[in-house]
Amino acid sequence: MTATEQHGAPAAFGPMRRKEDARFVRGRGSYVDDIVLPGMLHGAVLRSPHAHARITSIDTAAAEAHPKVKAVITGQTLAGLNLAWMPTLSNDTQAVLATDKVRFQGQEVAFVVAEDRYSARDALELIEVDYEALPAVVDARRALDADAPVIRDDVDGRTDNHIFDWETGAAARTEEVFRDAEVTVAEDILYPRVHPAPLETCGAVADFDKVTGKLTVWETTQAPHAHRTLYAIVAGLPEHKIRVISPDIGGGFGGKVGIYPGYVCAVVGSIVTGKPVKWVEDRSENLMSTAFARDFHMRGEVAASRDGRIRAVRVSVLADHGAFNGTAQPTKYPAGFFGVFTGSYDLEAADCKVTGVYTNKAPGGVAYACSFRITEAVYLVERMVDVLAYRLGMDPAELRMRNLLRPDQFPYSSQTGWVYDSGDYQRQLALAMELAGYQELRAEQRERRERGELMGIGVSFFTEAVGAGPRKHMDILGLGMADGADLQMHPTGKAVLRISVQTQGQGHETTFAQIVANELGIPADDVEVVHGDTDSTPFGLGTYGSRSTPVSGAATAVVARKVRERARIVASAMLEVSPDDLEWDGARWFVRGDPDQGKTIPEIAFAAHSSLELPDGVEGHLDAQTVYNPPSLTYPSGAYICVVEVDPGTGGVKLRRLVAVDDCGVRINPMIVEGQVHGGLADGVGMALMQVIAFDSDGNCLGGSFMDYLLPTAMECPSWELGETVTPSPHHPIGAKGVGESATVGSPPAVVNAVIDALRPYGVRHADMPLTPAQIWRTIQGRPFRTDLAIT
Amino acid sequence: MQVTVTVNDTEYTREVEPRLLLIHFLRDELGLTGSHWGCDTSNCGACVVWLDGTPVKSCTVLAVMADGRAVRTVEGLERGGQLDPVQQGFMECHGLQCGFCTPGMMMTARWLLDRNPDPTEAEIREAISGQICRCTGYENIVRSVRWAAGHSAPEATEATEVTA
Amino acid sequence: MMPGMQVPSHVEYERATSLEHALTLLAGPDARALAGGHSLIPMMKLRLAAPELLVDINGLTELSFIRLDGDELRIGALTRHADLLGSAVAGEYFPILTDAERVIADPVVRNWGTIGGSLCQADPSEDLPAAFAALRATVVIRGAGGVRTVPVREFHVGPYETVVGPGELLTEVRVPVLPRSSSAHLKVHRRAGDWPVAAAGAVLRLGGPAAAPVVEAAGIGLTAVGAPHFVAAEAEEFLRGRPADEESFAAAGAIAADHCRPVADQRGPEDYKRHLAAELTARALRQAAARALGEA
Repeated sequence: MTATEQHGAPAAFGPMRRKEDARFVRGRGSYVDDIVLPGMLHGAVLRSPHAHARITSIDTAAAEAHPKVKAVITGQTLAGLNLAWMPTLSNDTQAVLATDKVRFQGQEVAFVVAEDRYSARDALELIEVDYEALPAVVDARRALDADAPVIRDDVDGRTDNHIFDWETGAAARTEEVFRDAEVTVAEDILYPRVHPAPLETCGAVADFDKVTGKLTVWETTQAPHAHRTLYAIVAGLPEHKIRVISPDIGGGFGGKVGIYPGYVCAVVGSIVTGKPVKWVEDRSENLMSTAFARDFHMRGEVAASRDGRIRAVRVSVLADHGAFNGTAQPTKYPAGFFGVFTGSYDLEAADCKVTGVYTNKAPGGVAYACSFRITEAVYLVERMVDVLAYRLGMDPAELRMRNLLRPDQFPYSSQTGWVYDSGDYQRQLALAMELAGYQELRAEQRERRERGELMGIGVSFFTEAVGAGPRKHMDILGLGMADGADLQMHPTGKAVLRISVQTQGQGHETTFAQIVANELGIPADDVEVVHGDTDSTPFGLGTYGSRSTPVSGAATAVVARKVRERARIVASAMLEVSPDDLEWDGARWFVRGDPDQGKTIPEIAFAAHSSLELPDGVEGHLDAQTVYNPPSLTYPSGAYICVVEVDPGTGGVKLRRLVAVDDCGVRINPMIVEGQVHGGLADGVGMALMQVIAFDSDGNCLGGSFMDYLLPTAMECPSWELGETVTPSPHHPIGAKGVGESATVGSPPAVVNAVIDALRPYGVRHADMPLTPAQIWRTIQGRPFRTDLAIT
Repeated sequence: MQVTVTVNDTEYTREVEPRLLLIHFLRDELGLTGSHWGCDTSNCGACVVWLDGTPVKSCTVLAVMADGRAVRTVEGLERGGQLDPVQQGFMECHGLQCGFCTPGMMMTARWLLDRNPDPTEAEIREAISGQICRCTGYENIVRSVRWAAGHSAPEATEATEVTA
Repeated sequence: MMPGMQVPSHVEYERATSLEHALTLLAGPDARALAGGHSLIPMMKLRLAAPELLVDINGLTELSFIRLDGDELRIGALTRHADLLGSAVAGEYFPILTDAERVIADPVVRNWGTIGGSLCQADPSEDLPAAFAALRATVVIRGAGGVRTVPVREFHVGPYETVVGPGELLTEVRVPVLPRSSSAHLKVHRRAGDWPVAAAGAVLRLGGPAAAPVVEAAGIGLTAVGAPHFVAAEAEEFLRGRPADEESFAAAGAIAADHCRPVADQRGPEDYKRHLAAELTARALRQAAARALGEA
């Protein structure tokens, strides 16, 4: 069966209530902090108040003397175990507990294990650390200055804060087009540092059994298998003696991909004390020390013709990676998939240079529903298209329509080497404009501008590249980005699907059951989805980068098809015909030309376990396994339109409408797909208008609590207006493209473009996010401020 | 010190430190882990429970303050094996994804509906404005509460009387 | 902020059974009154506050009331924000209080947080001190030595500092009812539930003919912009006797802004906050005037 055969309306696809909800609405989810083991102790991390300082001494005596404290672990303790440093997901090293220096505010310095969580925190106050403060590198733009303090002097011979240079596209060809172009525009654009801030912070419960040598770790992780392998590498524990369990996860958004020092400390704490140790960070620890996102300082340039033909895009980027290069991305892609900055347009040339630098800020780098830096790429190009529209005096929707790839151009090879699989972009944008009532909105805007009112309409169009990845091109720390699936058919026709990806709210237990149900013609309720436990699931790289449906969803379809083919052989024995004489009707194998003669999967499953004489090619079951190695990436797209009103007296923004037309290929569970889009739209509103992690000149984090790091509430979010087009991915078994991060990628430029459009009467062409009332008012005054630094 | 708190109609007596936060009392002392802790600063609302019939952020209330009072949590929404319409609504309308904010959202929703059985979208948004959801963009939470408003059940009234 | 410290340190706890009992307990060393706790407990969690004794006054129901008494509205210190927001009598006489309460924190916090707690926290960005200052309210403070009343404009002596001494308790706020007056409170914040970037409250008593009203008395409260005692005294003085019109209000706003000392933070730079002081003062005055004239 080919993918295209299924694009009608597969029986099991469609809105279906989620299986996982039954426990959640009863308060019976099981998150890491809900895990209680007999004799369990509690850990707490002492963190650095300084952004950059040398540690001259650590005195733990008073903490150790606390009657409820069982252990105090420092960098020196870990150094003795060769665990003071651990590899990051970008092949750098990161301190587990600082030994020489602290390099960002909130860095882990010591770990206390105590009988209860309050005592553990009390004991932190009893640890005395002497610091010798050092000047901090806070501004990425100063990180490469000759006199900048060297942050990573732990590495022999390092004399600066430079991490990497990366280039894509064709510089000479691009320069030619720019030289030749009728119109060029340029803009400095910051995508400031933000934090994914899942509502559940990070935590772990580690339980090391000294007798069996088995380590079990319950963790807030999006990638349990990768973590198991990394623990084996980091701690030197045999991998078969490590079990990582990712129970219910209270949101991840990329923030739970990497391994954090707290996890390692919990493991060491359990080994040292012989008891289970729970560590759960508080909110400020979460915001100040775990994976941030973005922090991309970009300069974009566009070359075009006077009549609005976009010819080339050139970008240079300074990427702030914080104190350790901990970005989670495929090895060959130090700037992630930023190479898709060419957007959804047919260009003559493109060129991009990215330089990564260390600063005295928390490590991380790729997180927060960004599809490996596609968020930044889309924001850059969609902002630049609006800058061009402003320069040309063209309507931004019309400018886009004129330059979007046409359906007959797919598969399309971009100027940076990405092969877009499918799309119908003009139809998609036209639908968004129709839903929004675009022309009426522009008419209303004209009227209101005459009355002196500020109304803005913003458009964005994005293409993502998700579903990493073909393993020959994409790996993390050498682990190829493929995913396994095991499907077990019980005699009564009930199925157990074991997958390597891990839901953090995406509804895998439902969607993946629907995929199996669709392939085998059984009810989705008869399919149990097992995930999140390395002892009972096949190896795979986990859930992030919108890869679950593109990779693991494909694995699920493939493994179900294997089961179906086995069933065909068994059915041939049951019906006493050749397998070649059987046809599949969606629920049964039946004899060609004699449709009354057929067997359903449950009937066949029972027969496979019965006394039936089995033919060659099958054993006494229908079970199957697979590992799916994607042949290519999938390319979901979106057309978004935002409408805002701005109060010029206060700078306040009212977000009136946000229309989102997504094309994620075939939708397995449209209800869940829409939910994913809703969440991403709110994220985008947050980033565009309020969320930011800034730092003062001493390196103090200015976004370290939910009082300072603002997330949108129901009051800032309008009722979202969704639409869809469906262009199936031709190379995906069910034509699905992935959608988890689409709206987070597409909505920030739509919102920012709308606000900037509202400010057009003031001649405003750009201002950096977040567009708080203060930033908007200052922009109207012609004096926008830098949002990544302390406001002065 | 000793406290006696009635949680979901069951009386619990425990010896606690005065500094113990109500959310930790519920989760760690009573094992009622349905209510979550999310932010420390009473901004996120994952910890919302009813104290004497009124939603409060239990990360900012001491357990000793609840001594002699009645607390209701998500575990107490279901009555006689029947889900509260709010719980049903969240399932029907995909009002949750990761489920972490859900208990607090549902407690506030139930309280709102007890006082305002037919709330507008704007009233629902206002009522949950002190609670953060990172997954749903709020749209389906609003729909879930509207669904519950259209499916009232006798259990809901009873719940109000017990804790009012 | 020092991360990783989000539980309170050890503390003793007593539940006050009467006002006298509360005052006795509060006279002890380092005792703090505990009502809603929504200001104090977060400070304790961060270990920025570490009192020895918490005196829980939530049982003193006699401190929870809103009633009209002669020409004053009396509000008990233990009144919850939600009760003040929902009070018909407060809303009728003092829309500024309803305006302010609607934007203080969020509905769940308002269920438990108290009026007295808000005033005593003395956060320089708190809305209520500005609203009560605009209203020229007085507060009642009880101690072992008896009762004293203090104009709310003298109540706050600095950031997080009030005139309430050891062994004393704020018990009540009294707001004078003025004829032919009305009021309004406006706030700019970055998001629902956030502290104000700036906020202004205005109370106007108008005289003169309806067609050309004149300001007889004005009260202007400002928060988060470094206005001394949350008051724009020079702007109030300026307005007295002037026409209640756009020109006066804009000029008053400018005067109010001139006398602020805003400090830049992540909510906004100093110039923006000063601008807001002017803008919000003018807008609040405009709205208060419209309400006084029955136009809004």
